[in-house]
Amino acid sequence: MSIVFYLLAALTLVGGLASVTLKNTVHCALALTVAFAGLALLFLTLDAQFAGFAQILVYVGAVAILVVFAILLTRGHEIPIDGVFSRTWIVGLVIAAGVFAVLGWAVLASVHALPNELAVPVVTVHDIGNALVGHYVLPLEIVALLLTAATIGAVMVALHEKEGAKQ
Amino acid sequence: MSAAYFDQIFVLFTKWVESFLPVFWQPIIGVVLGAVAIVCVYPALFALAVLMERKGLGRMQNRYGPNRVGPWGLFQPVADGIKALTKEDVVPFNADGVVHFLAPVVIVVMVFMALAVLPMGRNMQLVDMDSGLLYFFAMGAAIELAIFMAGWSSRNKYSLLGAMRAIAQMVSYELILLLSALVVVMISGSLSLVKIVEAQASYSGIFPHWYVFTPWGLVAFVFFVIASTAETNRSPFDLPEGESEIVAGYFTEYSGFKFALFFLGEYVEMFGVAGLGTTLFLGGWAAPLSFLGVIPSWIWFFLKVELWICFFIWLRGTLPRLRQDQLMNFAWKFCLPVTLINIFVTALWRFMGEGWARWVACTLILAVVYAVMGRVGMARGKVAPRSYRYAE
Repeated sequence: MSIVFYLLAALTLVGGLASVTLKNTVHCALALTVAFAGLALLFLTLDAQFAGFAQILVYVGAVAILVVFAILLTRGHEIPIDGVFSRTWIVGLVIAAGVFAVLGWAVLASVHALPNELAVPVVTVHDIGNALVGHYVLPLEIVALLLTAATIGAVMVALHEKEGAKQ
Repeated sequence: MSAAYFDQIFVLFTKWVESFLPVFWQPIIGVVLGAVAIVCVYPALFALAVLMERKGLGRMQNRYGPNRVGPWGLFQPVADGIKALTKEDVVPFNADGVVHFLAPVVIVVMVFMALAVLPMGRNMQLVDMDSGLLYFFAMGAAIELAIFMAGWSSRNKYSLLGAMRAIAQMVSYELILLLSALVVVMISGSLSLVKIVEAQASYSGIFPHWYVFTPWGLVAFVFFVIASTAETNRSPFDLPEGESEIVAGYFTEYSGFKFALFFLGEYVEMFGVAGLGTTLFLGGWAAPLSFLGVIPSWIWFFLKVELWICFFIWLRGTLPRLRQDQLMNFAWKFCLPVTLINIFVTALWRFMGEGWARWVACTLILAVVYAVMGRVGMARGKVAPRSYRYAE
């Protein structure tokens, strides 16, 4: 583990913590973006170029913008009087800890499940592309169908009602 | 002194400097030298482009443009720079200090970082990434958030409106930019910009194999130009800073050097997108005719970029500004369907094999699609004298 890893890990953790503790919701969204970017840089230090840049493109470029728009277009950007902490924060903490424990267990167990893997697999974008439209083409198509359905749904919601239907 | 020597003169210079240093420091110094070159060359080009723009626009609008500072007004950028540096930096009392400060910094950093993957000449790229194109777009995507930061932190309704307009426009046109760049990746089979240029750097007879000289390439190129104009917020897509409506958009509340940073970011982004378009469609550093290869490759790259900038200036001097709904309709109802169909046409081109049949088939499909989409779009819009709801 190099010093770069610790720096990036600290950046990601600080971003994540700030996103739940800051008072202003827009600041929270921006802090969340810092966490996303830190995660992308962690991917890059692991030589996962595609995952890293896709993370920036999708999370920093699209998800963060979506979050920010959602905050501004709803009334959530006003700071609540009774603080930003939910009364049930302890439950959230327990659930988060549970998810973390399961993930940690799965990651640690994977070392024994796949003992013959190379230490550093060399994966190019070319390989990822081949895998996506070759071996994993069915999941890809299902995800595409799901996203198309979601888009059509969003358009239907946003569509103007016909003039006659209003009266 | 051969032509090949001048072609590689900057690469050789870097090697020469590195040869004085211990082996451990060599790659680091090489990268630093490249970064310094980028950070020096592009602001210089920026000064040149601003002067060109002001002079050119002046000519198009029947006036002189700057002509007081130095011979023919050549030192105007220097005067502008000194003015920007010495002006007071005014921050609104209610502004969100940290975010307000970070926004221009993030924009400039991201814009310069995107330049790292552009091959500006043979062997002249800072990093040759396996997924260079993706890197470029990832850096571009981060700019949108910085624009939001600028607009929101100013606590000014014009700033926020400008930021909203800019983001809506950039999100819409980024899609078209990506999809039109995608066809090049489909044919060249690589996301690395270096490999994309190399795939185009061959000639039949004296004519080059640029992607713009194929039916799908021409269509993708046209939409790339349109989308890049919108991405860089330039006229006719300059709604985010429509002076008559929302002052200066998201950078209304910036003054002095921070304003200059936005200005710099905008122009360097323009160079970046022009460089990317040159790399994807116009053969990057490759010479336009085979016997012109004696002229160094980096001269060709920067010439093409400058030509692109001149085209942007020409557009700005010619076209009126679009309305927001026209902008969105144009992106989602015309550009997006045509670029999507272009992807299928490119796949057809790829699998039809060599020969004249694919030229005829692809050209026909694209022409029919263009005509039908245009007719449908025109029929949908009701063309009538403009009516005002509030202004009368």
